[in-house]
Amino acid sequence: MWEYTDKVKDLFLNPKNVGEIENPDAVGEVGSLTCGDALKLMLKIDKETGKIQDAKFQTFGCASAIASSSALTELIKGKTLEEARKITNQEIADYLGGLPDEKMHCSVMGQEALEAAIASYRGEEVAAEPHEKIVCRCFNISEEKIRRVAIENHLTTVEEITNFTKAGGGCGGCIPDIEAILKDVWAVKEAPKPKEPKKLTNLQKIALIQDVLEREIRPKLQADGGDLELLDIEGNRVVIALRAMCVSCPMGGVTVQGIEAKLKELVSADIVVESR
Amino acid sequence: MKPIYLDNNATTAVAPEVREAMLPFLEEFYGNPSSMHTFGGQVHRKVEDARAQVAALIGADPGEIIFTSCGSESDNTALMSSLESFPARKHVITTRVEHPAVLNFAKHLGRKGYRITYISVDSFGRLDMDAFKKSLDDNVAVVSIMHANNETGVVFPIAEIGAILKERGILFHTDAVQTVGKIAINLKELPVDMLSLSGHKLHAPKGIGALYVRKGTRFYPYLIGGHQERGRRAGTENVPYIIALGKACEIALENISNEGEYVGRLRDKLEKALLASCPDTRINGDTVNRLPNTTNISFEYVEGEAILLRIDRHGICASSGSACTSGALEPSHVLRAMGVPFTAIHGSVRFSLSRYNTEAEIDKVIEALPPIIKELRTLSPFGRDKLPGCSVSA
Repeated sequence: MWEYTDKVKDLFLNPKNVGEIENPDAVGEVGSLTCGDALKLMLKIDKETGKIQDAKFQTFGCASAIASSSALTELIKGKTLEEARKITNQEIADYLGGLPDEKMHCSVMGQEALEAAIASYRGEEVAAEPHEKIVCRCFNISEEKIRRVAIENHLTTVEEITNFTKAGGGCGGCIPDIEAILKDVWAVKEAPKPKEPKKLTNLQKIALIQDVLEREIRPKLQADGGDLELLDIEGNRVVIALRAMCVSCPMGGVTVQGIEAKLKELVSADIVVESR
Repeated sequence: MKPIYLDNNATTAVAPEVREAMLPFLEEFYGNPSSMHTFGGQVHRKVEDARAQVAALIGADPGEIIFTSCGSESDNTALMSSLESFPARKHVITTRVEHPAVLNFAKHLGRKGYRITYISVDSFGRLDMDAFKKSLDDNVAVVSIMHANNETGVVFPIAEIGAILKERGILFHTDAVQTVGKIAINLKELPVDMLSLSGHKLHAPKGIGALYVRKGTRFYPYLIGGHQERGRRAGTENVPYIIALGKACEIALENISNEGEYVGRLRDKLEKALLASCPDTRINGDTVNRLPNTTNISFEYVEGEAILLRIDRHGICASSGSACTSGALEPSHVLRAMGVPFTAIHGSVRFSLSRYNTEAEIDKVIEALPPIIKELRTLSPFGRDKLPGCSVSA
């Protein structure tokens, strides 16, 4: 059971500002049924002063999603759009007396709905641009969002990213990508060192190939229900067999190429991979 | 307020008779069953009585029962023992819908270099028997397939599976944690080599389980140390809980046919009433081969955690396959394997009954739940146009 604050419980059981506004001036919709939570925010805005006169919401989601939506509407009512725009997801969480770590994404959803609503009011391009690179396909989370949330909330681990955005919480296939993004966000940029080609003994080479397959390749294949088996290594020729889902996968050839590229990068440029 | 406890696949109430039976072993009979003196020795005899009670419930010989600390330990032990028994075999077969005690152990073995085949299920949660038969080869060390699924209650055809494996000389383990005490099991006839059970699913306390190992099956202990359990599981016996498990099995054996009928009738009443009063509601899983105590219902357009917390205020306890109720934000792997749409997974609620539930309790749930679904649906941005909500009068 989640440890919800009394404020969360209260706003879940007695949510404020539920419903629809007739002819709203701004509407912001984020999330989807598939993701497991979704929020539709509707605003009535005073054209003269730019103040938010009324805010209402409809939410599909858990207790903290409903409470976060309720908190958001309370926070923004009476504020100008400029003031409202400055509200962070942390402020929504603070209003609720805090949220469990795993539920921080609910506050992020509130902030995003507000952003979307303000953008729609100003006739700006609404979020979820098609050019964004989707990292987490389970929850449709883009690289841009992961970067932004990581920087705004000082997140350094994949677990935190999952808590705040849900990315990586489904099949887990994108966890290596999120790790790479985090590394990039927080890395002190330094020029990559030119690789020093080193001469490996046969034994070292075999051990390294096995290590790369076990650590780098198989976990990724297994995440998609596939697998491979290392059959033999003769000089630079690596013989593998695709297993499980990979056997029937039409992308099998591409997979083998990918494995070869990885081994060329990490072991030796002369590696050739054959699949049986 | 006494809770209306409909989460018996998670854990059960300790039966009063069970509590009664174990208490003396927390008080005057604290001896070690391994001791030479009479004081300890008398405890040893009680442990053996309990072993006979457990064996009787599943049609086993007392010598085929090993006491463990929980269902997970039984599952892990069975798999590890099989691998140690057949070190040359590197293939393990299980299903996509197993309990994490088997599923995550299989994944762990996959990382260690074993080849793991996960058999799929269809949209009713029924095992793909063709895929199962095709997956068999001479490299299989063990097949581990659960008897009934904890989330949907769907019962797998383990007699048929066991017969196929017996013919091929492949070890068969079944996780029967959800079935022991709920439906009759006779291992004299059922071709199963190893079977896991857990005390707290049949009204014994948490922290006690057992592993059945058929006589003549190769076995390697998982916990190594003293000679307890005839060298098959080290560690001083958890005497009070072993006594409790024995008593719980004895009661289960006495009641097994009546109880199934009783909880089945209550479950059916609950299910029918909720389906009738709430539109856009579906049952997850095969309703023909199913545990009598379990129903898994999806309420579209609402989220499971929100339902659970609202019914919690009425003292009603159930569980959900929604992502929001799991620590990992991952929706139920069982419902996903069945291809249940995400929308229906998020709104899934499992009710699991026991002999202690009453008709009056079920009536209260039938009364309390529809208005909650209706209210949450008015809160939801989805399905508004076509959804009248639930008819509260039903």
